[in-house]
Amino acid sequence: MTTKLFGEPVRRREDPRLLTGRGLYLDDLAPGALQAAFVRSPHAHARIRDIDVSAAIEVDGLVAIYTWEDLPGALAEPLPLLIPHPALTHGRTAYPLAREIVRHVGEPVVMVVARDRYLAEDACALIEVDYEILKPVVGVEEAAQSAQLVHADVPGNVGAHLVQEVPSTAGLGAREAIDAAPHTLAFRLDIERSASMPLEGRGVHARWDADDRSLRVHSSTQTSTSVRMAIAAKLGLPLPKVEVVAPDVGGGFGVKIVHPWPEEILVPWAAITLGREVKWTEDRREHFVSSAHERAQVQSVRVGFDDEGRILGLDVEILHDHGAYTPYGIIVPIITSTQLLGPYKIGAYRVEFSSIYTNTVQVTPYRGAGRPQAVFCMERTMDHIAEHLGIDRTAVRAANFVQPDEFPYDQGLIFQDGRPLIYDSGDYPESLRLLKELIGWDDFPGLKARAAAEGRAIGIGIGCYVEGTGVGPYEGGHVQITSDGRVHVSTGLTSQGQGHETVFAQIAAAELGVPLERVSVVTGDTRRFGYAVGTFASRAAVMSGNAIALACRKVKEKALRIAAEALEADPRDLEIVDGEVRVVGAPGSAIPLATVAVLSNPLRYAFDAEAARATQFAGASSFDRPPVAEGEEPGLEGRDYYSPIRSTFASGMHAAIVETDPLTAEIRILRYAVVHDCGNLINPMIVEGQIHGGVAQGVGGALYEKMVYDGHGQLLNASFMDFLMPYATEVPFVETAHLQTPSPLNPLGIKGAGEAGVIPVSAVIASAIEDAEGIRIDRMPISPSDLFDLRRAAPGRSTAGT
Amino acid sequence: MHEITLTVNGVVRQASVPARRLLSDCLRHDLGLTGTHVGCEHGVCGCCTVLLDGEPVRSCLTFAVTVDGHDVTTVEGLADPDGTLSPVQRAFAECHGLQCGFCTPGFLCTVTALLRDNPAPSDEEVLEGISGNLCRCTGYQNIVKSVHRAAEIMAEEPWAGAAGSPRVVPEDPRAGEAGDTSR
Repeated sequence: MTTKLFGEPVRRREDPRLLTGRGLYLDDLAPGALQAAFVRSPHAHARIRDIDVSAAIEVDGLVAIYTWEDLPGALAEPLPLLIPHPALTHGRTAYPLAREIVRHVGEPVVMVVARDRYLAEDACALIEVDYEILKPVVGVEEAAQSAQLVHADVPGNVGAHLVQEVPSTAGLGAREAIDAAPHTLAFRLDIERSASMPLEGRGVHARWDADDRSLRVHSSTQTSTSVRMAIAAKLGLPLPKVEVVAPDVGGGFGVKIVHPWPEEILVPWAAITLGREVKWTEDRREHFVSSAHERAQVQSVRVGFDDEGRILGLDVEILHDHGAYTPYGIIVPIITSTQLLGPYKIGAYRVEFSSIYTNTVQVTPYRGAGRPQAVFCMERTMDHIAEHLGIDRTAVRAANFVQPDEFPYDQGLIFQDGRPLIYDSGDYPESLRLLKELIGWDDFPGLKARAAAEGRAIGIGIGCYVEGTGVGPYEGGHVQITSDGRVHVSTGLTSQGQGHETVFAQIAAAELGVPLERVSVVTGDTRRFGYAVGTFASRAAVMSGNAIALACRKVKEKALRIAAEALEADPRDLEIVDGEVRVVGAPGSAIPLATVAVLSNPLRYAFDAEAARATQFAGASSFDRPPVAEGEEPGLEGRDYYSPIRSTFASGMHAAIVETDPLTAEIRILRYAVVHDCGNLINPMIVEGQIHGGVAQGVGGALYEKMVYDGHGQLLNASFMDFLMPYATEVPFVETAHLQTPSPLNPLGIKGAGEAGVIPVSAVIASAIEDAEGIRIDRMPISPSDLFDLRRAAPGRSTAGT
Repeated sequence: MHEITLTVNGVVRQASVPARRLLSDCLRHDLGLTGTHVGCEHGVCGCCTVLLDGEPVRSCLTFAVTVDGHDVTTVEGLADPDGTLSPVQRAFAECHGLQCGFCTPGFLCTVTALLRDNPAPSDEEVLEGISGNLCRCTGYQNIVKSVHRAAEIMAEEPWAGAAGSPRVVPEDPRAGEAGDTSR
């Protein structure tokens, strides 16, 4: 790092346009485009007998109506199963438009294209679909036991079954170790469904250039490169004739990493077929019933431990509800089962999950991606052990920590990237010390007693996690310095509000020694960078950040080489400061990077005075070698990739103090404290913002958000009126402290930060409510009426407030 | 179709709209002012908030025909004509009060009206004032900070305080009567 830019709370470069209404989100594009709307299944499970469009074709402004039977070639096949896994023996994906059977409310059946969205919806309303209603399968335990099948060829509704087992150092299996342990506990945990719920839904716009036979697609996606490949494959187009751009994206949180959504291939196909621009913008109701949900699991836990609370054996069985289809494979339960161990080393571990079909919206990663469930399981286990032994909850955790001198620490499992789960660095005891200090853990009993004396119930809770971030396989960066001295950076992954334009510019400016204002960053545009994976798993800063740093180093090396020749100096004596290559210690001897860029590109034709310096009669080159030397390329640019050996593991610990109302059972978070370690910080302001936002989503998941399905598979709360996301009035002030244990795995020493905030919140709030109430909390989210019911059911508790 | 005339960000605009056209769609698609966003279309998220005669309203719950003759300020009208950001906009940038930016125009309009009516709100009043707007990214902490910072800037620079108020267009007498609530 040559300047202070890295690690500084630099203001975001995205903000000026977003604050003035000049951002361009999907629905802001292409004002004249035709608009698509969809007829979606009103039934959770049904057979389509007939589709009658006769009334709809009368609608003025209608352009086209498509059903599955209209779809050609690969478009008529099921959508891809994106992440195959040997344990996913019965993976199933949907057709872009339903073929014969619909398997959840909201599944698309008919696509309508019209002059505007109002008219497209008018036509949708007039299309009559005749359904034979089939019995739906709802609820993960019901589905696991039901004779009724979501897919006729998937016995028992089981999509996948996986067991991972890590024996103790003495060679004992988890079950043996538990049976042999001095203490054992067994319990069950439940987590409800929630969803990413970005404020901008999904959306797609496509423009076909009939002369050029090329397609340009905009999608509100977390992966434009992969959407591009999917479109090319599904529509049979040569890859170079398809470009996909992610415009400004109004939040993703996981749901937009899934691809291709039916609309992402249907809209481009319609644009080609009709020779017109076509756009589709998801509305909120559609988002609830046709995008994706997450979280729902039932966990059965058995644990064996010693007198100090050290875990000797842990056996977890998970029933995971993945909804009607598995386009994203079994990533969520894999993450749950592998990240469950958190910052702890335990004797022996066995985890078994069954991933089950139900007639509900599909389940794919939502920020945290299986980790909130994992941490809920492990941290509830820690609290139960502490209660059983009558010792402090933090002492049980400390007794089980992986110690700072034990890194790299191999948990013996295979992680979501198919590679070993080896923690690279961390300092969990220090993290706990900081957290206890921040929240005032040791002083809390006094506080609680004083509150009790006033008739108030307060409780303190804690939750610890380790998060595998920066998963591979790779990302790339391209850096070009042009003859005006500007630095153009591009990377293929996408942005949804994380401030990539700012942090990647900070990295490039710091690496190259140029002012930040000269750097511009483009993400998620396949015209600029075609190779990428996408934005998910807290990977963008780690993956693209390091790739851009490496690309900058290449460019810098070249710049120094060219400048050395011009300055008749040794490249090793040069530095770049403020956009100028200087001889160290000789301030008079300098050449601007703009000029180096000119010299890097030998020219025949001059287009301005600066360029004239590189033309053939300017006398800049030697007669002894060709103008572009062997092994060289014209231009001051470089491209590089970062492909990590394995994931890097961030960690953190949260604590909260809550108050529960003795009469109404209302739950109020009085304080919320976070200690977070994501290695070196690129921009602390942005990291803090990520944590705040994550905690808010965690609070939603702990206290408010759940998808309520009835027995018919109808989502009862598919609106913001009924699905309760926190407003400012529900989110506590978050107090933070940072620990920085750099990752040894990448050049910048960074770890991911995007998901951290959300991961332990349900565990923390459950721990605090349990402390306040003295009632076991095994189910999240918990509403005041849930707590009220728990109080009534608790032995020895009065039924106050009835 | 109905012909309507409204003053948007100080400019008299005309549109021909069906009775069912939402104000949000009219602003975005008929008038090309796409800074106003639509997050739920049922009046809960607040993304589509604009100032109608100076007061925050959900443009997704307002029919365009009902604002004929009225004055609307959208996010595009908050900065000074020379491009200087309003105190509220500046405060959001300073305090990292936005991430994806989708809810931001609604917050900016809401907060602009809030601070006009209450230039020095307490924490409670800020929370109350923004409690009708959802944000899925920021956790609100930096939004609350932004509101306080905007109040500070407005106190330091009273001349900048009028940004976002409906502007009077001399040619259109209705705008002055219906909409001038600038302080």
